[in-house]
Amino acid sequence: MKKIGLDVGSTTIKCVVLDEKNNILYSTYERHMSKIIEMTHSLLNKISEKFPDEEMSLVISGSAGMGMANDLGITFTQEVYATRTAVNTYLPGTDTVIELGGEDAKILFLSNGLEVRMNGSCAGGTGAFIDQMASLMDISIDELDSLAAKHDKIYTIASRCGVFAKTDIQPLINQGGRIPDIAASILYAVVNQTIGGLAQGREIKGKIVYLGGPLTFISELRKSFDDVLKIKGICPENSLYYVAIGAALSPDNVSYNLKELSERISNYTVTAGYVSCKPLFNSDSEYKEFKERHSHDSDNIHEITAPAKKMYLGIDAGSTTIKAVLCDEEGNYFHSSYQPNSGNPVPHIKEFLENLYREFPDINIVASAVTGYGEDIIKNAFKIDYGIVETIAHYTAARKFRPDVDFIIDIGGQDIKCFKIHNGAIDNIFLNEACSSGCGSFLQTFAGALGYSMEEFTSLSITADKPVDLGSRCTVFMNSSVKQAQKDGTSVNNILAGLSISVVKNALYKVIRCTNPDSLGNNIVVQGGTFLNDAVLRAFEQETGRNVIRPHISGIMGAYGAALYAMKRSKKEGHSSVLTASELAGFTHDVKAIVCNGCNNHCRLTINTFDGNRKFIAGNRCEKPLNLPVKKVHYDLYDYKNELLMKYRANKIEEGRPTIGIPMVLNMYELLPFWHTLFTKLGFNVIVSPVSTRSLFINGQQTIPSDTICFPAKLAHGHIDALINSDCDAIFYPCMSYNVDEKLGDNHYNCPVVAYYPVVINANVKALKDKIFIKDFVGIHRKKDFPAHFKKILDNYGYHFSLKQIKEASSAAYKEYDGHMAALERKADEYMEIARKNNLPVIVLAGRPYHIDPEVNHGINRIICNLGAVVLTEDSISRKEKKFRTGVLNQWTYHSRLYAAAKYVTEQKDINMNLVQLVSFGCGVDAVTSDETRSIIESAGKIYTQIKIDEVNNTGAVKIRLRSLFALFDN
Amino acid sequence: MDNSDKYTKVDFTKEMKKEYQILAPDIFPMHMKLLKRVFNLYGYNLTVLHYQGKKVIDTGLQYVHNDMCYPAICSIGQQLYALTCGDFDPHKVALIQFQTGGGCRASNYIKLLRKALKNMGMEYVPVISLSFSGLEKFSGFKLTIPMLYKGIMSIVYGDMLMLLKNQVKPYEKEAGASDRVVDKWVDILKDQFKHNRGLGTRGMKRNLNSIVADFHNIPRDNVKKVKVGIVGEIYVKYSPFGNNNLEDFLASQDCEVMVPGVLGFVQYTFSNRIIDHNLYGGSRAALLAGKFLEKMARKIETLMIDALSGYDDFTAPSSFEEIKLLADKVIDRGVKMGEGWLLPAEMVELIEKGYNNIICAQPFGCLPNHIVGKGVIRTLKELYPYSNVCPIDYDAGATAVNQENRIKLMLSVAREQLADNN
Repeated sequence: MKKIGLDVGSTTIKCVVLDEKNNILYSTYERHMSKIIEMTHSLLNKISEKFPDEEMSLVISGSAGMGMANDLGITFTQEVYATRTAVNTYLPGTDTVIELGGEDAKILFLSNGLEVRMNGSCAGGTGAFIDQMASLMDISIDELDSLAAKHDKIYTIASRCGVFAKTDIQPLINQGGRIPDIAASILYAVVNQTIGGLAQGREIKGKIVYLGGPLTFISELRKSFDDVLKIKGICPENSLYYVAIGAALSPDNVSYNLKELSERISNYTVTAGYVSCKPLFNSDSEYKEFKERHSHDSDNIHEITAPAKKMYLGIDAGSTTIKAVLCDEEGNYFHSSYQPNSGNPVPHIKEFLENLYREFPDINIVASAVTGYGEDIIKNAFKIDYGIVETIAHYTAARKFRPDVDFIIDIGGQDIKCFKIHNGAIDNIFLNEACSSGCGSFLQTFAGALGYSMEEFTSLSITADKPVDLGSRCTVFMNSSVKQAQKDGTSVNNILAGLSISVVKNALYKVIRCTNPDSLGNNIVVQGGTFLNDAVLRAFEQETGRNVIRPHISGIMGAYGAALYAMKRSKKEGHSSVLTASELAGFTHDVKAIVCNGCNNHCRLTINTFDGNRKFIAGNRCEKPLNLPVKKVHYDLYDYKNELLMKYRANKIEEGRPTIGIPMVLNMYELLPFWHTLFTKLGFNVIVSPVSTRSLFINGQQTIPSDTICFPAKLAHGHIDALINSDCDAIFYPCMSYNVDEKLGDNHYNCPVVAYYPVVINANVKALKDKIFIKDFVGIHRKKDFPAHFKKILDNYGYHFSLKQIKEASSAAYKEYDGHMAALERKADEYMEIARKNNLPVIVLAGRPYHIDPEVNHGINRIICNLGAVVLTEDSISRKEKKFRTGVLNQWTYHSRLYAAAKYVTEQKDINMNLVQLVSFGCGVDAVTSDETRSIIESAGKIYTQIKIDEVNNTGAVKIRLRSLFALFDN
Repeated sequence: MDNSDKYTKVDFTKEMKKEYQILAPDIFPMHMKLLKRVFNLYGYNLTVLHYQGKKVIDTGLQYVHNDMCYPAICSIGQQLYALTCGDFDPHKVALIQFQTGGGCRASNYIKLLRKALKNMGMEYVPVISLSFSGLEKFSGFKLTIPMLYKGIMSIVYGDMLMLLKNQVKPYEKEAGASDRVVDKWVDILKDQFKHNRGLGTRGMKRNLNSIVADFHNIPRDNVKKVKVGIVGEIYVKYSPFGNNNLEDFLASQDCEVMVPGVLGFVQYTFSNRIIDHNLYGGSRAALLAGKFLEKMARKIETLMIDALSGYDDFTAPSSFEEIKLLADKVIDRGVKMGEGWLLPAEMVELIEKGYNNIICAQPFGCLPNHIVGKGVIRTLKELYPYSNVCPIDYDAGATAVNQENRIKLMLSVAREQLADNN
């Protein structure tokens, strides 16, 4: 009897027919565009035509096939299990299988105890991710593959979830990085993501097999895996079909008459069991009324067809699209352009200007301004007069349509920006964090994957009767929610409408954290290309219960705002410095990538050269490579703190003494003075793990067991690895449920991760077995009890001291620690004094002690200094406060400091002072602290700013926030 | 986006005790039915909420930070939904949350609830925190030692019914037989509690013996099924609302399920006081209180284990003293936030009792679970190479299809092992 295996994945459907001897008689691979039932039906018909009148067995596999299999009573087999069956049959002796699918990444360890690793619910899909990146660069997958082969160098791209990698790639594209290098870097990111996220301490070696679409189609991806793993993997024939083959081989197969079965499937209609939202429109007339209302949204501004005497140019070089427009002195717009970015904004603007000059040779451009991600490169390339932060550009534009606007929401290709307006000033900014950037480009990619244009997307959505509820979280979650909807057999129009609704919910509940639409404001202007989609606009109105204004130039509001800004700044006289037609004719643009060796950061720089002599450098974290005179003084407590810690990091080794290694991680950033003194006084050599670097992190990443834990904790694996390879005799990294008690809260815990990470290290770093690892529980909060307990611990490891010796060493250690903290406080006082005298703004960059690690904070302290402010830490001012009542349980020492620092900031009336909270992605405790810190800051009428950080080194979004904040200082 | 930092505690007064209903989230379905009666016995009108579904989650998401743990979204969502859906008069109810305190962010539920009430304009609703460590005081609500004792007893009844039902139901010849025994006993116990019976040592012994005998007498098939243990964060471990009806799903996949009891968690919180004292020092009074509570729980635990002795058809739970020793194989007992060291100890217990297929249910982003869940799997795998542990994340955005898909994979491996062993 012949056997059919059907693999219904998230985007494709794969089918094989095997004969009795397991030879493959037939195989097919198609995108199913969510039409799973129809496709299955026609597939079975094809098979029954090819092999008539035969009973055949059928087993279904794949995540999107589960529902259909269940409902029709057809045997289902889990896809990883199916893969394993197929591999054991066709490729016996395989040790490890690496399988990438549309959205899944899996590693199967077959030898020495079966272990299966699938990507967690947070790690983004791989095939879909590569698709997304390719469409971002406007190239096909084949092109990506062949381009990657020509790469010179690899950029660091976050190897975590796809969304993060995207935020790394975007700036590279915008800054003109070489496409072959970016293409190869994308593939390397996938490799790192798979290995870092899934191997979790298990070595990948022996006979390796590559399966699934991406690894079959992209030869450079296989090569990247080979390179990183230092092996040569096999990609077998039929590598696309292993799940289907395994399904066919499943021992629980049942045979069917195909004709009958296909009949049954065609009669199968899904009982709509999914959770739905209310329809966007109940009737045609409702839609008409809606269209009519919005046709009057921008009656005061018109398009003009010929340039006026004086024209102003605005450009918005956004993440996925690039917009340009001119306006006259009335604000009427002219010659607008809206195009996909395709990886490099420069040629687009060149073309735009060329067309403009060709059609209107006499045009008089008085002033020009540029905003958006590509602001710097465009400003330099075309000599634009002004650069302006996006938030201000959007507000300037929105005010033109609604002078009393009090809330603006802009959903662009890759980001969501919302701000409140209070007394004519931007008062509160919400930007989406890297994690939830499921915005316009997300809808576009999705529509594309399902085979629809954006116009079709809209017209289908508005007819949906039961839009599927997809939740309000990040893209990756939405992908799997769509998977679920497909499983339930939801119609395409309901999925599309659901996507629009989810984007809106994401913006409202995740980004703005709105609990009540009244808090948004009364006069709302919506903008950004995404709102040109009527489904999104309607969903927003429904969700907020408000009618809003959508200007008909909604998609180019950033550019329009820039043009208006240029007009305001220019005093309406003279000529813009923007390249003229003749200058443009000789325009050239060369890109070179180099590594800066100016300091330890080793930034990868992209050097753009325009017209052979004008240089623009991107990718730098400091001013050094720019050859500008280095700014004389920074008042930066982050630097000072690191400096103070340097004196404990000399790593001097005296012969004949036992050596203790201390990993410079998490709470050690604060307690190093304590432990260093304690051990030194007891006669130990103390060595401290080196300064964090990217490669130090990579060295440890294979042993990280939880891919969703915060980055500072993940870094610990690299530091431990460094100590294992050092000359120390023992590694000291104690567990601490309790932190020091500063009497600022109801208790003084550490967060669970800081408290117990040594336990995780111990359980997951195999190589530790060669060292003594002291991870015992210590309580330095009990000064009197500590020495006796500590003596016991040391005794256990064969380090014997008298209680008196330990007491003396302890009291020296406490003294050193107190002195260290007091030094911070003194420095803060000194900086406050300087700030007061020179009228400098002060920013408390508030986080945790370990946020001073430059690998963790990505130089955000430096960015703030460069904007002209003094930077303080939370712990340098928190002791100036007494315990006070908070709205949350105040039980963690580090977080008590946050609240106290926030309160201190609100009390300094004579100085321009604010707080910026650093939050590590994945920090569960900050779900509690950020709302509380916000409410303290806002209670004094100040703007709360939060910056989420991860391993991603994308400071673009950070700069927007900070520049917007500083724009307020200027007002 | 609320600017006030004052979420004042509203007292639960003696008058309220007479008139108000106290609304509790549905944490342990079986246990709550009984626990409710113990509350009634002491004059509190406790109502357990059973709301489920999207509306409840949406209410939770709307008023609690989206990145907050999923149990907060579910349980606070249930309570807020109760206040808004019209079934209760908000001026005649109080809300109760169970608190263990400690370094986990779950200790914040009370404050989060008060903050949400304030945002809803219902800050007048009293919120009672029920905890063993007495975090807050109320004039009309006091957890006395006798009440605590009886509460623990009702928990043990719940554990016993859950344990036996799980072990009998997959094998019963007549479908529904074990459910009937459960229903019968819940009715009997509710009635007994009403008259303050069944909550002393003698009565309890008698009841437990009869419960075991009743289950023993249910006719069963002698077949081998895949045995799955469930551990995890306490809410998603027990609550079907929190874990997408995990136990039902496993039953539909023809598995026998073992869920370690609630009593173990209670004992764990008691014993942590002693451990803290040993590790860091502290007042003798705290140490003695811990020892007293631990002893009390041990006494009740013994009743349950004794009732099961002599039945070789049932797997009895390990005593807490044994659990401690099991913990020492894989983790330090100083790890005390969230489920702490108890969670890995339960995994070891399950594996050693033949439930080597384990689902570790955890809310997405649960901090303690990074340590005691995913963090220890490697150690377990080294000690017990045949262990088949599957961590599952629960979250408002996570979908059942992904969860079920992962569980199915674990079950495929489990079935293969079962076939190999036969």
